[in-house]
Amino acid sequence: MRVAVVKVYLALLLTLVGGPLLLGQKAMAQAPATAASATPADRLAALEKQAADNATAIATAQTSGDNAWMLVSAALVLMMSGPGLALFYGGLVRKKNVLGTMMQTFAMMAVITVLWAFVTYSLAFGDGNAFIGGFHNMFLHGVGLLPDPKYAATIPLQTFMVYQLMFAIITPALITGAFAERMKFSSMLVFMILWALFIYSPMAHMVWGKGGFLNAALGGRIPCLDFAGGTVVHVTSGVSALVTAIYLGKRLGYPKEPMPPHSVVLSFIGACLLWVGWFGFNAGSALSAGTLATSAFIATHFGAAAAAVGWSAAEWLRQGKASALGAISGAVAGLVAITPAAGFVTPMSALWIGLFAGVFCYFMVVKVKAWFSYDDSLDAFGVHGAGGTLGAILTGFFANSTINPIFGAGKPTGLFEGNWHQVLNQAAGVAIAWTISIVGTLIILFLVDKVMGLRVSVDDERDGLDLSQHGEEGYDWAH
Amino acid sequence: MQKIEAVIQPSKLDSVKDALVEIGVDGMTILEARGHGRQKGHTEVYRGREYSVDLLPKVKLEVVVTDEMLDRAVNAIIGAARTGTIGDGKIFISKIDEAIRIRNDERGEIAL
Repeated sequence: MRVAVVKVYLALLLTLVGGPLLLGQKAMAQAPATAASATPADRLAALEKQAADNATAIATAQTSGDNAWMLVSAALVLMMSGPGLALFYGGLVRKKNVLGTMMQTFAMMAVITVLWAFVTYSLAFGDGNAFIGGFHNMFLHGVGLLPDPKYAATIPLQTFMVYQLMFAIITPALITGAFAERMKFSSMLVFMILWALFIYSPMAHMVWGKGGFLNAALGGRIPCLDFAGGTVVHVTSGVSALVTAIYLGKRLGYPKEPMPPHSVVLSFIGACLLWVGWFGFNAGSALSAGTLATSAFIATHFGAAAAAVGWSAAEWLRQGKASALGAISGAVAGLVAITPAAGFVTPMSALWIGLFAGVFCYFMVVKVKAWFSYDDSLDAFGVHGAGGTLGAILTGFFANSTINPIFGAGKPTGLFEGNWHQVLNQAAGVAIAWTISIVGTLIILFLVDKVMGLRVSVDDERDGLDLSQHGEEGYDWAH
Repeated sequence: MQKIEAVIQPSKLDSVKDALVEIGVDGMTILEARGHGRQKGHTEVYRGREYSVDLLPKVKLEVVVTDEMLDRAVNAIIGAARTGTIGDGKIFISKIDEAIRIRNDERGEIAL
């Protein structure tokens, strides 16, 4: 709505003021009767002033259009964490852990925000070397309302900053699915703070930061295409999730005791909120409200839909039924896989990526997890790690220069356009994300484990996180 | 005095209740329960993991009636709760020694 208003305003402005400008010669030729007293120099000065005013007005109009979309997008991405992810994960655990699980995501919304203002924004997006930013923007020093043209020329830098913050929040929150139902709240907080500092910040800097090693838009050594965070968000969180699940060990009684989701209804609502929020995540990553945002929006939606179809079909064939949990898990897998590709691929390619992701993640969650018998409780790795890796690689195949000429107009972008090298670049980005996630997470887990212990006690685990960690219960049956 | 405990299908609760009220049973207690007899349960699959659910939701109804009311009450429950398929439930009958109305300390059948 707002964008439409801005467009009408722009069109009016152009016809009223720009029109006569374009026809300047003619208008001047007819003008002498009214402006007989003005010298040509005066008239020229007046026109120049008018042209400058027009340029300012147009820039202001574009800023309000872009800024409107980016603020909405930032809010949408926050909605993905709470309530989206919190409900999605909350429904999948047993009811004695529902609040503990939701609280882990909510804690990220609070703690990571404070940390972002203090230091992590600076480490991720401040000036630095190829691998990490510096400390110049600590406490948001120098992060004002003027745009930084290197990141986004038409929105205030603070909008960019708060938009990126929402990504920094949801990324660690995704990991919580792997260690659900058994990690101490205190240790979880310390782990996540260290993870944001030493894994998320460098990874975000490498892919999106000025001079980052993998940054395709700002002259990185290896230009890895990652539109909205396939490597930065999903590979890092998914792989760290796997490491955490293995390091912490299985839940008490797993896999003998039954641990079915206590409310697929909650998960269903959460997944649908994730789907909608993802429009902010991917289309917002255009950092403007132009055609690229539309392209990413469409790819996102088509990827999610095709993956829901893919997962459900695989499940139907193997188990004879298409479940609600399967359908929503498939949609999330598709959203994950399309994240790096949105903004680079056509709608038809998005359908293919989604379909592959749906089937692949189904296989990872249902078969591979059972083969290796790790307890990735809510399948953070099976969906985000596997889907993110697949999506990042497939981006190298499907990226299309007509959608996004990131290497220059007409230059081939992905393998299907003839740039086979891009698949290697994507693989390099994925390899770096895997390496930093495995090594970094292991070190952080080891340190936190030695200092304060990671797991709750056996009694606390039996009682559930709600009672043992927070002293309350999600559902009160007694009153 | 006799106590009738009937475990029935949750969907039959309303018709059983109506049938009992119709023959003049004044009070009853309803409990939401889980259980199984010969019926056993079913299998649920979440992300490829199978769970066998053998305790199914049931409703347990407790009514205490006078001796002469017993047969009519039991027949009313059977008539209203039967579908003829497995899982219709069971009725257990036991003797009650004493009934007391808390409000005014009335005892025996008058307290029912």
